[in-house]
Amino acid sequence: MFTRRDFLQYTVNASIALGAAAGFSGNFSRALAQQKLTQDDLLKFDSKGQITLLHFTDVHAQLKPVFFRPPDTNIGVGDYAGIPPHLVGEEFLTHFGIEAGSPLAYAHTYLDYVNLAKTYGRLGGLDRTATLVKAIRAERGDDKVLFLDGGDTWQGSYTSLKTNGQDMVDCMKMLKPDAMVGHWEFTFGAERVMEIVESMGYPFLASNIYDNEWDEPVFESTAMYEKGGVKVAVIGQAMPYTPIANPRWMFPKWSFGIRPEALQANVDKAREEGAEVVVLLSHDGFDVDRKLASVVSGIDVIVTGHTHDAIPHAIEIGNTLLLSSGSHGKYLGRIDLEVKDGKVVGHSSNLIPVFSDVITPDPEMAAKIDEVRAPYEAECQRVIGRTEDLLYRRGNFNGTWDDLICQGIIEQRDTQIALSPGFRWGTTLLPGQDITIDDLYTETSMNYPSVYRLEFTGTQLKEIMEDVCDNLFNKDPFFQQGGDMVRVGGMSYTCAPNEEMGNRISDMRLTSTGELLEPDKNYVVGGWASVNENVEGPAIYDLMEKHISEKKVVKMPEQSTVAVKM
Amino acid sequence: MQLTRRQTLGLAGGAAAVVVTGFQVTTAFASAEDATKLIMEFTGGKEPASGKITLTAPEIAENGNTVPISVSVESAMSGDDLVDSVMLVADGNPNPAVATFHFTEMSGTAAATTRMRLAKTQNVIAVAKMKDGSVFSDTKLVKVTIGGCGG
Repeated sequence: MFTRRDFLQYTVNASIALGAAAGFSGNFSRALAQQKLTQDDLLKFDSKGQITLLHFTDVHAQLKPVFFRPPDTNIGVGDYAGIPPHLVGEEFLTHFGIEAGSPLAYAHTYLDYVNLAKTYGRLGGLDRTATLVKAIRAERGDDKVLFLDGGDTWQGSYTSLKTNGQDMVDCMKMLKPDAMVGHWEFTFGAERVMEIVESMGYPFLASNIYDNEWDEPVFESTAMYEKGGVKVAVIGQAMPYTPIANPRWMFPKWSFGIRPEALQANVDKAREEGAEVVVLLSHDGFDVDRKLASVVSGIDVIVTGHTHDAIPHAIEIGNTLLLSSGSHGKYLGRIDLEVKDGKVVGHSSNLIPVFSDVITPDPEMAAKIDEVRAPYEAECQRVIGRTEDLLYRRGNFNGTWDDLICQGIIEQRDTQIALSPGFRWGTTLLPGQDITIDDLYTETSMNYPSVYRLEFTGTQLKEIMEDVCDNLFNKDPFFQQGGDMVRVGGMSYTCAPNEEMGNRISDMRLTSTGELLEPDKNYVVGGWASVNENVEGPAIYDLMEKHISEKKVVKMPEQSTVAVKM
Repeated sequence: MQLTRRQTLGLAGGAAAVVVTGFQVTTAFASAEDATKLIMEFTGGKEPASGKITLTAPEIAENGNTVPISVSVESAMSGDDLVDSVMLVADGNPNPAVATFHFTEMSGTAAATTRMRLAKTQNVIAVAKMKDGSVFSDTKLVKVTIGGCGG
């Protein structure tokens, strides 16, 4: 019997064989790593039962392989502390039995990131994912495989911004998804979403989006499939707080929400219509779905996205399996289900890390990617500067990419303080790499990019910080919105995640002078991605292109402007 | 440039609920006591039991100016099993009384949907008074926030 532990061994091979001599410095060459890791290794799987679910989510328009440093801080609060996905670094490795320095350690943790990145290379690339999807369909048979797109697919690159998401639509179509859900998709506006949904050839599902005039569902909630002789229902769940986290004016007639009652009704209806397996294709985020699994009954599998958590295998919550397949194309999630008498009696699962140097690109997809990028390729490749330090974004409090953006806002707009949203999308650059237009847009591509410049009082700043912090650390996940903490430049502070709202943020000081912010004093603040309509100011990508071009060489070492008090 | 509080907070790229963060709110918002007093007047001093009544509200309001709220009461709506009225109370609004729905046998079901304005994060309470004088309630905390920073 092939166990999870056995499966993980392939990931250990490289490090045991070589790591013993090399220590965990990751100081072995890519060639050696490649010899030890093959496409077949990545596809090894304990195939089971009648159904294979493939889950791909939060690619954020990354058609090409990327570096993406996993977070060093991902705090869980209350009942959710210290359990997946709130494990990072060594704790993550220990929990999942992964050897330090191994390919899986590189894919899942920030430990020794730069060295391991040089060893194992980039992950992702839709042409590599296409190879894996085709191979699994060939192995299992088309009639057994459901391929599900978890959303946040169309937004996040230069080409997706310029083509209104069409580049992603055209490429994803070739993977023949069975269904998709959405979140950032909505920031292309309701009209564009409907235009794509009507033409893409597979259902866009959402159990939780209602017309706010008539309170009627906007999209189909459920799609039924016959796979391996089993009737499977897939229900969609869009990001519940899209109209709060993103500009509501872009889709003013649509109301979202978690709506557990509507979901329960749709699950029950699917069962009545003969579904033997019910799958929730969700963009709720991990903790929201962990709670949802205990509130709504009758869901066999939740494939979840939004919070960008990459968990090596499905977690069991009561009778529900929860699989979270990471982001940026780094992984392809897989669950096999064995169904007997209308019940799931067995399963196996894993995330397949998409090591781009190990997997042969699918030629058709590679050609399509070249085709959609061709009109923009020269601009994408244009170098605007170089970085001496590691530039990354993901993490609860700060990242060097956002430190650079805050520096850009402060210097270009002459402000005392800069605020940059706690997005979880955005890739990584290694020390010494050129910064291209492509790289800049992986951090800033969006349809509401204006950089405002305003005066806030100390009290207003404190309120803003407390509110964002409550969206991240509210002990009830149904009140969490799935982003990280707002990034702050020009100001340091202390954060106590376990406190209640109003008491988490303290010791707010200007970094230039060290002085405490005064409640009634005004401060000049710049920021971007406001959800308000008609915000005035230059686009963040234009401002940052100018800033990086002027700097030529970026130096952005780790900063310690946020003290975390646990 | 004169900004309203809503605009200011929305601009910050951060979500901002109206919550006391080290400054004093001076507006005359209702308190939990005011809400309790109102409920007691409605029930004739009887403490409502839980069950029978279900209040459905969003966890976080998309727009505090118009929050959809639904209420339904388990009842045959005939004979003795009849709902007389349902009161909605918001314990953090300047005026906590939101609405009272009156039902008769002709109503068929005891259910109602409305939209209410919520000034800040607060509890919404629905209280059902049955024909036989028994009272039931359900409470939902609705967070009022402005938005931004979605991952």
